[in-house]
Amino acid sequence: MTDAAQPVLSTQSLVAGYERDLPIVRGVDFTVREGEFVVLLGPNGAGKSTLVKTIAGLVPVHSGTVLLGAADITAMPSHERIRHGLAFVPQTENIFATLTIHENLQIAANILPKERRNDRIGALYTMFPDLGSRPSHRAGQLSGGQRQMLAVARALVVEPSVLILDEPSAGLSPKIVSEVFDRLAAINETGVTTVLVEQNVKAALAVADRAVILVEGLIAHEGVASRLADDPIVAELYLGARHANKSVAT
Amino acid sequence: MNPQALMDGLITGSMIGLGAIGVTLTYSILRFANFAHGEFVAWGAYFALAVSGALGYLSGSLLTPIGPFSFGWSLPIAAVIAVALTAGLALLVDAVLFGPLRERRSAVIILVMASFGAALTLRNLLEFIFTSQPAYFTKALQIAFPIGGGLRATPDQLLTLGVAAVLVASVHLLLTRTAIGRSMRAVSENQQLSGVVGIDVRKVIRTVWVLGAGLACIAGVMAGLLVQIRPQMGLDLLLPLFAAAILGGIGSVPGAMIAGLIVGLAEALAVQLIGAEWRSAIAFVILVVILLLRPQGLFGRPE
Repeated sequence: MTDAAQPVLSTQSLVAGYERDLPIVRGVDFTVREGEFVVLLGPNGAGKSTLVKTIAGLVPVHSGTVLLGAADITAMPSHERIRHGLAFVPQTENIFATLTIHENLQIAANILPKERRNDRIGALYTMFPDLGSRPSHRAGQLSGGQRQMLAVARALVVEPSVLILDEPSAGLSPKIVSEVFDRLAAINETGVTTVLVEQNVKAALAVADRAVILVEGLIAHEGVASRLADDPIVAELYLGARHANKSVAT
Repeated sequence: MNPQALMDGLITGSMIGLGAIGVTLTYSILRFANFAHGEFVAWGAYFALAVSGALGYLSGSLLTPIGPFSFGWSLPIAAVIAVALTAGLALLVDAVLFGPLRERRSAVIILVMASFGAALTLRNLLEFIFTSQPAYFTKALQIAFPIGGGLRATPDQLLTLGVAAVLVASVHLLLTRTAIGRSMRAVSENQQLSGVVGIDVRKVIRTVWVLGAGLACIAGVMAGLLVQIRPQMGLDLLLPLFAAAILGGIGSVPGAMIAGLIVGLAEALAVQLIGAEWRSAIAFVILVVILLLRPQGLFGRPE
């Protein structure tokens, strides 16, 4: 990934939160370039999930803008954002448990032209054979790892330009986490720009190109993922030894 | 016991079932108990009465009974128009009352209280426009004929049973086999995720109002055809509607219909066994028993 790549997603001075007088994201300038794999790290309560939910249109924006490519999507309803290529996988309750695997994918495929829907779902069954082998299985009966795969497959139905995932490793065993991350890396290799919110720092830095560390609703640090793995500043920020003053790692 | 109670129960139950489908859909998707739903039953009947009367006035031939039935073409035509009008009324109530409350993220209890207010307003408005005197689509008398097993039924009664069965099957197919039906089930399970996957939740909510109010209208027309039309008819049906929706399991269309039939049969049997004055109490007893023993209902899923 080079700096020459075009920004596909960015926020400018973004302030957001559920309550008007209690912003959780407190002025974030965040840019993701085409094809990049960016991981958002930070201690609990740093505002990582709120930031991505705001980008997905699920948290009210108090001020600032969210741009998808050149388009300002700040005020766009969440259901319109996926039509513009922004797919989001929430941390929990990210599948429709009472619907079958096939119905979960059909719902996502509804925004595609009719003639493309079956082909696209078929392609995803090839990509995720575990799902393709039991399309009429109720999604609520899947294991944790399979649910995450279904959630990712559902997000990929529309061939998004940006895929955002909120802690896909939550509640999964280390072996399954490794499988999920390998799959995300493979998806990113196909050109899908990926933004990952993660608590599992080591695993996330191993697959990402770049990491951004949030502390108290602000970007406290960012840099190349492979260099941050051994950087003591990461541990310090997690332990709260440093405050949220942005400094760019070189 | 007179076996005719079975037929009476099935007919009452089919009306309750149709109304309960709207209650169960509203409850599962909009997440509140809409106590104004019974008024859509009454308004549907009065809309059909008004349109049917106007059509009969314009063309007397439309009042000539169709085959063995007691009504002419004015009623089926009026019923179709009344469905559209009742759906429009439901959308209007949502736009004026429930929609703004949803936008403000009001608590469920506020929505429920608002629905009480809407019910009172709609009911009194009906009484103001049409008076409290009972009205009828037709005053023609029909003779019930034997249909086997010691049961008797009029052609109108058999028609309403057939219409109810076709409507329930259609709604079930709509929910399970179509894109809008899948979207409705998705919104019922998780509204926020539905938005994320590209479902326009507001469109789904409008569909729920149209569907629920349309079915309530048909139930009102059936009640008007077989019994009578009164401004209080929605209020009288309210408890049986909720008993059926909860007994069937919130969100389950076949459940609401089956439970409607169970409530209707229980009411008819109560009339036979313990007296007509206990009829209204039966729905209440069913409601309490199901809430104590199986709150998720017969076909619902535990929360």
